Amino acid sequence: MSDLRQYLRQDLMPHILCPGCGHGIALRSLLRVIDRGTIPLDRIVLVGGIGCSSRMVGYVDLRTVHTTHGRALTFATGIKLARPELEVIVVTGDGDGLGIGGNHLIHAARRDVDLTCLLLNNATYGMTGGQAAPTAAPGSRSTTTPGGAREPSFDACRLVEAAGASYVARGATSLPLALDDVIAGAIAHSGFSFVEILSDCPEFYGRYNALGRGPDMLQAQRSRVIGPRPEIQLGVLHQRPPALEVQAT
Amino acid sequence: MNELLQGNAACARAALDAGCTFFAGYPITPSSEIAEQMAAALPKRGGVFVQMEDEIASLGAVLGASLAGRRAMTATSGPGFSLMQEHLGYGMYAEIPCVVVDVMRGGPSTGLPTRPSQGDVMQARWGTHGDHPAIALAPASVAEVYELTARAFELSDRLRTPVVLLYDEVIGHLRERVDLAPVSPPPAARAGPDGRSPYAAGEDDVARLPDLGSGQRFHVTGLGHGERGYPTDDPAVVGDLALRLARKVERARAEIAWAETYRTEDADLVVVAYGIVARAARRAVDDGRARGMRLGLFRPRTIWPFPAEAFRAATAGARGVLVAEMNLGQLAVEIERYVPRGSVATLLRADGRPIAPEEIVAAAVRVTDGERVVA
Ligand SMILES: Cc1ncc(C[n+]2csc(CCOP(=O)(O)OP(=O)(O)O)c2C)c(N)n1
Ligand code: SF4
Ligand SMILES: [Mg+2]
Repeated sequence: MSDLRQYLRQDLMPHILCPGCGHGIALRSLLRVIDRGTIPLDRIVLVGGIGCSSRMVGYVDLRTVHTTHGRALTFATGIKLARPELEVIVVTGDGDGLGIGGNHLIHAARRDVDLTCLLLNNATYGMTGGQAAPTAAPGSRSTTTPGGAREPSFDACRLVEAAGASYVARGATSLPLALDDVIAGAIAHSGFSFVEILSDCPEFYGRYNALGRGPDMLQAQRSRVIGPRPEIQLGVLHQRPPALEVQAT
Repeated sequence: MNELLQGNAACARAALDAGCTFFAGYPITPSSEIAEQMAAALPKRGGVFVQMEDEIASLGAVLGASLAGRRAMTATSGPGFSLMQEHLGYGMYAEIPCVVVDVMRGGPSTGLPTRPSQGDVMQARWGTHGDHPAIALAPASVAEVYELTARAFELSDRLRTPVVLLYDEVIGHLRERVDLAPVSPPPAARAGPDGRSPYAAGEDDVARLPDLGSGQRFHVTGLGHGERGYPTDDPAVVGDLALRLARKVERARAEIAWAETYRTEDADLVVVAYGIVARAARRAVDDGRARGMRLGLFRPRTIWPFPAEAFRAATAGARGVLVAEMNLGQLAVEIERYVPRGSVATLLRADGRPIAPEEIVAAAVRVTDGERVVA
C-alpha cells in the first residue's frame, strides 16, 4: 500500500479533528479503498454536508464539494444525473444525514440513483458541541439532554433498506479492515449504496457519558460488534440488483 | 411563428432554447406548468428532469448539476422560494450559475395559491442570510418571459451567480399571441482552466471554476474561502470575498439594469409598476392623459439591482412618483432612496387581486390632490 498522504491536501493541515476522533479512522479506510485503484481518480467526486464527519471531504485532494447541512445527497443526485460517468461518494454524519437531512436520505434510497453514502454515526452533534442526535442511545447524556435522552433512536440501516436502497451495510471504526470491504462493496454496487459507520466522538459524547478517551471508546465499540452473537450486526445487511437505473439518457 | 402561448410555457421554451439541459423541481401552483413542460421535453433531447422531494432538494440538485457542467434551472412559488433561500445563498457564495423562477402568489405561508401577488420582491433581494449580490428580472408579458428567461441564463453563466426570474401568477398563466424570435444558447464561457485557484477572479470579478467532469481537482464550499477555494475566516480574505461578490454584480449593473419608460418626457407624475401591474399602468397613463393629466410610466424589467440611473432620468422633471404594486410597498421602499423625501405615493394591494387601470387613474387624481398612501 502506498503512502495515503498522497491523497490528502497537505496544505490544509493541521486538520480540525480532535485527538482520538473516530472520523479519522473512517477517512483512512476510504483512502485505502481509493488506493486500491479500481476507480480512476479523476472520476471520483466527494460530496459532504456539514459536521465534523462531512468536513472530511475537503481534506481529500480530488473534486470535493462541501455543501449545506443535511443536503449533500441533493447536490450528489444532481451531479450524478448530470454526469453519470462520475463516481459520486457522499460523506455525512448522523445529525446531517438522519436529522436535518433525513428526508433526502430516504428519497435518495427510494430513487436508488447510483451513489455511495457513508454515514458516520457518533451518536452526537460533534461539530456544534455535543447536542443530542437522533441516534443517541436512550439515557445517554448530551448538552441538550442533561438528564439523559428520552427519545428512541434511529436504526439508519433498517430505515434506508425500507426506503429502497439496493446496498446496505454497516462497518465500524474498531474493525477498520472490514470497514474497507463494505466501503469497497458500496462503491462497486450500482444503485444507492449506504454504509453506516460506527464512529466515536470522545471530545463530547465520550466526555459527557464518562466513556473515557478515544482508545477506550474503540474498545467498547469493538466489544459490541464482535463475537458469535454481536449486539450490533456488521457487514452487508441487504443487497439486491438496483431497482432501475435512474440515469441521464 | 405566430402562436398563442402561456407565460409559463414561454419560460420553459426559453430555457430549452437557451441550452438548459437539467431541471429539478417540486410541484407548486402557479409554477407547475414549467416543470411539466420540462419533464416532457428534456428527456427527448438528452437532458435530465428530476422531481425532488422538496424545494431545498430541487435547488441542491440544480447546483450539483451546474457544478457538473449543465445549464440548470428550477421553478417554484413563494413557499418553495422560502425553502430555497439557503441554497440560493450557497449558489451566490460558491459562485454556481443557475436560474430560479419564482411565480409569485399571495402570501405569507400557504397564502393564496391561485392568486397573484408581488410579495417576493424583498425575498428575492434579502431572503438568504448574509451580505450577498442579487439579480432578479421581472417580465410583464409572455414574450418578455421568453426574452428574460433566456437573458437570465446568459447572465447567470457569465457572472456565475443564481439569477431569479420574478413574475406574478397572472403573467405565468396569461395566454398571449406572440411571434418569438428564437434565441440560441449563449456560448459556454463558464469553465476555467485552473483547478488550483478556482476562486481567483478575473478583471470582471468573476471566479473561474472548472466543472466537476473536467478532471481538475478543486474544492467548493459554502464556508468563507480564498482564491484556492479552501475554507478560511481570515478577515482580509473573507472581507475581500464579500466585496468582490458585491462588485461583480455592481460592475454589471449598467448593463443589466433594464427598464422601459413610457410618456415620461413631460410627465408630472411617474407611475412605477412592474409585471402585470405595469400593463394596467400603461393603460392608466393613456386614460389619464386623455383626461388632461400628465402621467408617465417607469417599468423596471430588472428589479435587482434596481435600475436607479434610468429611474432618475425618467423622473428628473416629474413632481411626484406613484408606485403601484401587489404588496404592501416592497419596491416603494427601494424607490424612496432615489427621490426627495415625501415625493413617493403608493397604490398597494395584498388581497390577491391585480390592480386595474381605473384604480391607478383614480389614485393619480388623489395623489395630484396631495394624498400619499392610496389603499
Ligand atoms: C441549517 C443549519 N442548521 C444547523 C447548523 C449547525 N450545525 C453544524 S454541524 C451540525 C451537526 C452535525 O452533526 P453530525 O452530522 O452528526 O456531524 P458530527 O459533527 O457529529 O460528525 C449542526 C447542527 C448548520 N450548519 N446549518
Ligand atoms: S467534536 Fe467529536 S466528532 Fe468532532 S472532531 Fe472532535 S471528537 Fe470528532
Ligand atoms: Mg454526529
